[in-house]
Amino acid sequence: MEKKDDRYEICFCGSGGQGIITAAVILAEAAGVYDMKFVCQTQSYGPESRGGACKSEVVISAGEIDYPKILQPDILLAMNQSCCDLYFLNLKPKGLLVVDATMVTQIPTPRAVAVPFTKIARNEIGKEVAANIVALGAVVQLCQIVSVGNLEKALLARAPKGTADVNLQALHAGMEAAKQYDLNTLPHVVMEEEE
Amino acid sequence: MSAFGSDKKRVLLQGNEAIVEGAIAAGCRFFAGYPITPASEISERMSRRLPQLDGTFIQMEDEIAGMGAVIGASLAGVKSMTATSGPGFSLMQENLGFACMAEVPCVVVNVMRGGPSTGLPTNPSQGDVMQARWGTHGDHPVIVLAVSTVLDCFQITVEAFNMSEKYRVPVVILSDEIVAHTREVVTLPSVGEFEAYNRVSPKMPPEWYIPYADNSMGVPPMAAFGEGYHHHVTGLMHDVRGFPTQRPDEIEALVGRLFRKITQGFHEIQKVETFMMDDAEVAVIAYGSVSRSARRAVLDARRQGLKAGLLKLITLFPFPRHSVEEALQKCRVALVPEMNMGQISREVKRVNQTVSIVKKYNRVDGQLITPQEIYQQLIKI
Amino acid sequence: MPQEVAEIVRKYLRHDKKFPHIWCAGCGNGIVLGSLIRAIDLSGVEKDNIVLVSGIGCSGRITVYVDLNTLHVTHGRALSFATGIKLAKDSLKVIVVMGDGDATAIGGNHFIHAARRNMDLTAIIINNQIYGMTGGQYSPTTPYDSKTTTSPYGHIENTFSISELAIAAGASFVARGTVYHTQLLDDAIRLAILKKGFSVVEILSNCHTHYGKLNGMETPVAAMRWFRDHVAVVGKEGALPPGRSAETDEKIRIGVLKNVEKPVYSEEYQKVRDHAKNSLSS
Repeated sequence: MEKKDDRYEICFCGSGGQGIITAAVILAEAAGVYDMKFVCQTQSYGPESRGGACKSEVVISAGEIDYPKILQPDILLAMNQSCCDLYFLNLKPKGLLVVDATMVTQIPTPRAVAVPFTKIARNEIGKEVAANIVALGAVVQLCQIVSVGNLEKALLARAPKGTADVNLQALHAGMEAAKQYDLNTLPHVVMEEEE
Repeated sequence: MSAFGSDKKRVLLQGNEAIVEGAIAAGCRFFAGYPITPASEISERMSRRLPQLDGTFIQMEDEIAGMGAVIGASLAGVKSMTATSGPGFSLMQENLGFACMAEVPCVVVNVMRGGPSTGLPTNPSQGDVMQARWGTHGDHPVIVLAVSTVLDCFQITVEAFNMSEKYRVPVVILSDEIVAHTREVVTLPSVGEFEAYNRVSPKMPPEWYIPYADNSMGVPPMAAFGEGYHHHVTGLMHDVRGFPTQRPDEIEALVGRLFRKITQGFHEIQKVETFMMDDAEVAVIAYGSVSRSARRAVLDARRQGLKAGLLKLITLFPFPRHSVEEALQKCRVALVPEMNMGQISREVKRVNQTVSIVKKYNRVDGQLITPQEIYQQLIKI
Repeated sequence: MPQEVAEIVRKYLRHDKKFPHIWCAGCGNGIVLGSLIRAIDLSGVEKDNIVLVSGIGCSGRITVYVDLNTLHVTHGRALSFATGIKLAKDSLKVIVVMGDGDATAIGGNHFIHAARRNMDLTAIIINNQIYGMTGGQYSPTTPYDSKTTTSPYGHIENTFSISELAIAAGASFVARGTVYHTQLLDDAIRLAILKKGFSVVEILSNCHTHYGKLNGMETPVAAMRWFRDHVAVVGKEGALPPGRSAETDEKIRIGVLKNVEKPVYSEEYQKVRDHAKNSLSS
């Protein structure tokens, strides 16, 4: 019988066009194809290709995964305010909220890491569309669920021709930004139980 | 050029993409379809993959034409398939019936979305189970298989082609939006690892060929157009030579054989998986993406001391009655969770004959039934 | 029966199996069948390499009688089945026989798209201006004001011109004939079969049983006379004959109306295959 709950759940959410699904697919590929773990990546979306609410989920486990969607995320990456508000209550008590500080100004829990992914992508990388990869770098830095080498491999396998350097740069910019956070200094729970 | 190159490859694929790779592994070289959410990725990958293998992809003017072209290609000797979702599946029904009647092997994938009508294009459902079985008019045999994982999408598609070729019957694969868009890692097989079954061709000279003659399996050899047999294929009731008939004895023999070939192959066609059923007192009977939630719910229930088990149906039709009967005899209660108002639960009740209690749990709001919901139902029992 | 005719009949008909046919005495379908097998014989295409596809209706039964690879499919869908056959096995010559209702009502969409794609198929459309098999209901080619079993007070719809529809939709070859002008019909069908690309032969035919009965042409002979008197044979490129008059301009033009060369679908798709294989190896 499979082990109980070594599943690690990551939820990416934001607006259509922000690369939410691409980031999740790269993470899933790194964990599944290169780190040899079991992964399940799913998404929910509306009729819009651009602008609608978009959510993508990744479950990573050492054993076979039954339920393909997340039950309660260990990490929630919110790339806009409305998604942050909508999904943060779902987080595991000891989960972690990661937000794009460029887009999310009202942060609903102190157990959060707020990095201006879009601003970094725009100013440091010169391509705002790379915000998803900056965010992916930060998320992986914070959760350490896949090796950096394999993440790079997966990223390069998916990157369009001629964009390898920009993508790697974005990934590492995100990782660097996240390194400045010491998770031990954050509150240990997303929300305190009532006294 | 081989289908996959020489080495086994671990790849991250969507369910829809895995169906394409399964089809190719089974020898499919023709696809005709029409774009529809959430099945479009099948068309997209086919349009890229098939020409690499000297196959053919064509996007037709509608699903009716897609189904027609698929049957035409199969009659010309090429394994063929199409893929669609609810509304398109409805449009295919008439020609699907032609494939049943004229015994043309082909595979139809229906990635189920919420219905009726345009319904919920981007959300899952299991509402087309009975349409898959009885969608076309008239009494007809058909095989319906359900997939629940990306690996299933690959393997069951191979199975679907094999069954279709072996029994000369259209095979419907029921997927759903969740399975279709879930990405998981699968290892693509090297060439020849999967056994691909090919239809039996006639060996006799053309003047001895009787296209619809009965034999021990009930499946006559099938000539392709252009092989010198110049036979007639029709959607009308036909005699053993394939020509229209209104003679009751010939009609009865034909319809009888169409059903008999499936009943004779029943044990080979019937595919189920069991999980913790050996000592189970409560059975969950599920299929498609819901069976994944059910598996987790069973584990959760076991942890609470409830002896639950899962019977996952892969073959939905012909209904795997023996496996279901066995589960019903063993367990005092069977729970059938479905993303419809209760389609397979009716079938379970039909074979139950009051041995056990059959409960259903239904969700039709476009959301996958969660493990918690099934668990809650289980502990209530 | 002259020797030559007997040979063609023996060679192309399933004479030992499925005769007598189901058509009414005097039906134009028999004339089309005769024309078709003569044209096939003259075209020189091997019998085993021809697939004859038909839909539903009186015309649909033609496939039963001809000793080729034959396929009798659902109503209106013959061209889609034919598309699958042709793309799966390009060496086959696929000829599709349809009626006016089959090709332009229920199958209208498939008809214009097969023409648009320039599928290498031959479409023979027997236009008797009515649904014969179901008892004489109006079709897309039923003339204005005529009576049918579903327009007992007179028909109020406009008609399709099948040939003009085919020309506009992009067919490579379009010819029109009648069941009275059989030599012209033999030629038109032979040229259509030999044409690379989507070729259409519209054949004006009679249904005296249903259409004629209600519209003053009770006998096949009356229909034949009508065809004789109401057509003008065109020259090359669909032009009317020299010495045309107001009267000839009024008449229905028969003969080859369009004949152009353009790439067929299967050639274009071969380019796709080559491209796909190149991208795979590079």
